[in-house]
Amino acid sequence: MKKIETIIRKSKFGEVKDALHQIEVNFFSYWDVTGVGNEKQGHVYRGVSYSTSDIQRRFLSIVVSDPFLEKTVAAIIETAHTGNVGDGKIFVSDVIESYRIRTGEKGADALK
Amino acid sequence: MDTNAVLDLMWVVIAGILVFFMQAGFTLVETGFTRSKNTGNIIMKNIMDFCIGSVVFWAIGYSLMYGDSISSFIGTPSWFFSKPNEMHNLFFQTVFAATAATIVSGAIAERTKFSTYLIFSLLMTLIIYPISGHWVWQSGGWLAKMGFTDFAGSSVVHSVGGWAALVAAIMVGPRIGKYTKGKSNAIPGHNLLIGSLGVFILWFGWFGFNGGSELAISGEHANNVADIIITTNLAGAAGALSAMFVTWIAYGRPDISMTLNGILAGLVAVTAGCAAVSPAGALAIGIIAGVVVVFSIDFIDKKLKIDDPVGAISVHGVSGALGTLLVGLFATDGGLFYGGGFHKLGIQAIGVFAIAAWAITISFIVLFILKKTMGLRVSKEEEVDGLDIHEHKANCFNE
Repeated sequence: MKKIETIIRKSKFGEVKDALHQIEVNFFSYWDVTGVGNEKQGHVYRGVSYSTSDIQRRFLSIVVSDPFLEKTVAAIIETAHTGNVGDGKIFVSDVIESYRIRTGEKGADALK
Repeated sequence: MDTNAVLDLMWVVIAGILVFFMQAGFTLVETGFTRSKNTGNIIMKNIMDFCIGSVVFWAIGYSLMYGDSISSFIGTPSWFFSKPNEMHNLFFQTVFAATAATIVSGAIAERTKFSTYLIFSLLMTLIIYPISGHWVWQSGGWLAKMGFTDFAGSSVVHSVGGWAALVAAIMVGPRIGKYTKGKSNAIPGHNLLIGSLGVFILWFGWFGFNGGSELAISGEHANNVADIIITTNLAGAAGALSAMFVTWIAYGRPDISMTLNGILAGLVAVTAGCAAVSPAGALAIGIIAGVVVVFSIDFIDKKLKIDDPVGAISVHGVSGALGTLLVGLFATDGGLFYGGGFHKLGIQAIGVFAIAAWAITISFIVLFILKKTMGLRVSKEEEVDGLDIHEHKANCFNE
């Protein structure tokens, strides 16, 4: 089992979610985050220019069984991509165990 | 009571209610242009200056402004105004006094001690506003006798508030982080939607502010009021347009908060001459005010390094003085552009400088004493965490 964590543009969230549903990754968690990165946003407020590197993004945490790893990553890369600085990142890590609370199932069964 | 008198009284009361609502506009502009951590404090300041002003102006302020003139300088004081058949005038003048007081709030937002603000606000409606107001709006006042024109208060209300705001902003000092290494930093307001709603409410109230200053609507007054509504509206619209185009050219984008300031600058500027200029004259005054306010805000922020989060000094002080002077050019009766020569302009200039000198001097004395006794600023910790949580032990926005 793997945990896929990805930070994507909020504007791409809808497409990424649909693509994940299509490959039957049907549950995951997400939340809105603020971070700093390579993208700088220029602003003018009352005639004073300033740039901020504080970027608003959406963070998704997806746990999948091993056979799903590659297609999940591929789906995210394909749909979250714009080609501009600031498209985001994907991190993959091992998950030691999963349980479904309702039934007590564990491992890959808990992820179905 | 005859019908005309009833109509006149009703118009003054309704216009006063419109001006009262401007307090909501001031509150929203100030909160929108500042950070959310100080919202509760700004609400309290704007409510309390109106409440203090209402009590003080009834208790003694009104008589200092409109009582029988002593040496053309001040009205004869008398306690607790109670003249029969005059309560509509008391109300109309009270909401004006509160407007002058609340202007100061925006310029010193986000770092001023609440208790000190309350006392300053009290003295504003007790001394500063009524006395210079007496000079102009009591027929025995020395500026009134000279023929100085300030129909609805570009100088009497807005400049007085704006100059007091200037002194206060200098003496309180800039917000932490506003100027670093000699450079001005942007501290963006947290909600421009709230700020723009505030500007709309002010614009709405302004029709009462200027239109109501006719103090009557029966007979021939009806058309005068309608003329004033048009000059007021045109100047506000022109101020917005010119401020927008100036920022578009200067900064490359039409700046939202500066355009909002442009509306207010146009409205403030036409307030003195709204009954004395033609619609075209009002348009010109609005355009000039919209241009000047942008450069004034820029200059005060970047060159003078005076931190005024909402632009109150430029919008009310500078635009008010400018609008009062422009009456000397655009007044259809006696203005320079209408063959009246420089006489009117000279009188307007004397009034502008006298009122500025008065407001600046007295504000300085009052604030100097407050600084030495109570202090003007909150602690560094309070300012960084926000005034809401320290001054009021509350958050404005809860889960």
